[in-house]
Amino acid sequence: MTAFRCPECGYVYDESAGDEHEGYSPGTPFEQLPDDFSCPDCAVRFKEDFRPADR
Amino acid sequence: MQGYTGVLPSGEAIHYVDRKRYLWLLSVLYPLQPLVGIFLHARTGNEAWLLLPLAIGYVAAPLLDWLLGEDRNNPPEAVVLQLDADRYYRYLTYAVVPLHFLGLIAAAWWAGTAELSWWAFAGLAAVAGIASGLGINTGHELGHKKPRLERTLAKIVLAVPAYGHFWIEHNRGHHRDVATPDDPASARMGESIYRFARREIPGAFRRAWAIEKDRLERRGRSAWHPDNEILQSMSISVALQLGLVAWQGWSMIPFLAIHNVFAWWQLTSANYIEHYGLLRQKDANGRYERCEPHHSWNSNHVFSNLVLFHLERHSDHHAHPLRRYQSLRHFEDLPTLPNGYFGSYLLAYLPWLWYRVMDPKLLALPHVQGNLDRINVEPSAREHIERRYGNGSRPETAG
Repeated sequence: MTAFRCPECGYVYDESAGDEHEGYSPGTPFEQLPDDFSCPDCAVRFKEDFRPADR
Repeated sequence: MQGYTGVLPSGEAIHYVDRKRYLWLLSVLYPLQPLVGIFLHARTGNEAWLLLPLAIGYVAAPLLDWLLGEDRNNPPEAVVLQLDADRYYRYLTYAVVPLHFLGLIAAAWWAGTAELSWWAFAGLAAVAGIASGLGINTGHELGHKKPRLERTLAKIVLAVPAYGHFWIEHNRGHHRDVATPDDPASARMGESIYRFARREIPGAFRRAWAIEKDRLERRGRSAWHPDNEILQSMSISVALQLGLVAWQGWSMIPFLAIHNVFAWWQLTSANYIEHYGLLRQKDANGRYERCEPHHSWNSNHVFSNLVLFHLERHSDHHAHPLRRYQSLRHFEDLPTLPNGYFGSYLLAYLPWLWYRVMDPKLLALPHVQGNLDRINVEPSAREHIERRYGNGSRPETAG
């Protein structure tokens, strides 16, 4: 499991935790997020902008 | 005064003092204007005092912006983390939240009990609405932040103008789609504010609901589940407004109708001027380029920025939506409004004058240079605009 970080605001999508508020259950791979996924915190960076993050 | 020490990229140590630190209290006090009007009416018996906030907002504020001019100072990046971490600034945004409730309740009480003439009653409802519209600005600053407390306070304060859907729609919709034809909250060249309002008000609500419905569906819940964050805020609005009717009687129905319309109109006014005509280009993959600082109209006018938590430094806000108000920056060569927001609203309310001032400014922007393909144009106005201004050099399609 890996994590991905928004390069604008630092939001981290951690695959093992998912994002309950956004409706992504724990274990949901980043790959499976919708194609039009935008950062839940800043909304100005998109799926392809996210970069692997060290936890 | 509190200062911050940092090191510039050159290695030079600096000590920065924020000269606006205590002036930000103006953003806390500014929404209390209706209470000043009520106090002066009570003291003098002259109902005209109730309209004092109109004179402050539409005469004094534009004049002060013109007289005091612009402030182009930025905090050095080396101290921004410290400035953001200084809790004093966020306590000011927390403090306004109860004041918005107090302002509406006091205005409703006075409208219900002071036996006003019809125009003073309507005027008080309007100025109370304008003050509650400032609550959308407070909710805007709070709703963009990550801490749960600030997001909760955003939902609570947005209940006063009865605009609970705003922070969902603004954060997740407007910021994503800003300065594109897809955005109901970005005005188009040749679109009057009155036409814009008919697209913006319902469009924003529909987009907010769709965003929240999608989120709840992913969680396996109905759109009407209590987790719906629009409904959470709206239920406070319903309780507040029904409570005022129960307390002060049927006169609250017209009072609140006028109040709500004027509150919403404040956001419509801000949205109208913030991105008028600006357009992000599509890249080779058909995606819109990132929102850059030149995709927002900016104002550095010091007075109106100090009463609006720096909202008018809008370019930096869109480039970095989570940046706290005290840290927002001015950049050189941005699209710049002719006055602060309040003076610019007045221009917008007179469409012929707005077009006369703003259309040439828009066409002259360095990234536009008269090219209508680089402008978000209202389709029904295109023919008229082309007749009037031509279509620039059209470098891509020339020949």
